[in-house]
Amino acid sequence: MAMDAAHIESLIKEALPDAEVHIDDLRGDGDHYAARVISKEFAGKSRVQQHQMVYDALQGRMGGELHALGLQTSTPEA
Amino acid sequence: MSDNPVFAKIQSEIDENPVVLFMKGNPMFPQCGFSAAVVGALTQMQVKFKGIDVLQDGEIREGIKAFSNWPTIPQLYIKGEFVGGCDIVKEMYEAGELQKIFDDKGIDYKSA
Repeated sequence: MAMDAAHIESLIKEALPDAEVHIDDLRGDGDHYAARVISKEFAGKSRVQQHQMVYDALQGRMGGELHALGLQTSTPEA
Repeated sequence: MSDNPVFAKIQSEIDENPVVLFMKGNPMFPQCGFSAAVVGALTQMQVKFKGIDVLQDGEIREGIKAFSNWPTIPQLYIKGEFVGGCDIVKEMYEAGELQKIFDDKGIDYKSA
């Protein structure tokens, strides 16, 4: 099962409206992505919490429908 | 926290072993690139850790995701604390933050 990058981006932006999202399709197979997500909402949160926020935004797809999403999160000024 | 019986099993693993990696495959033969990357970092640092192969135990495989509120494997625990998955461990290793956690928690490792 694959997901397209635009769908991933829209789910993240739904949960984190200010987020800047960059997604690379690593193998061009719609199944292995790397995402960079920059949002003010991450301020003061641990990396684990930041990633959990993105996983929550993906509503359970991560680890299922979405097999591989490398994730890097940061705040705008970082 | 929950009455899920597998949680007690997971809790005792992370209580009894200072460094625990829930992974696919075993440390000698990781079955997934993400698990292999974390094993690589720990091996590089010569940290002693217990690898738990979730492919051998379906209950732990599903249970650990709920336990940590984390959807993917691998998952690294240091002194009972969830540190992160592959991306976070890699980032921390490269930034020298993983080394700092081992220092703080009194776990032996070899600095590069």
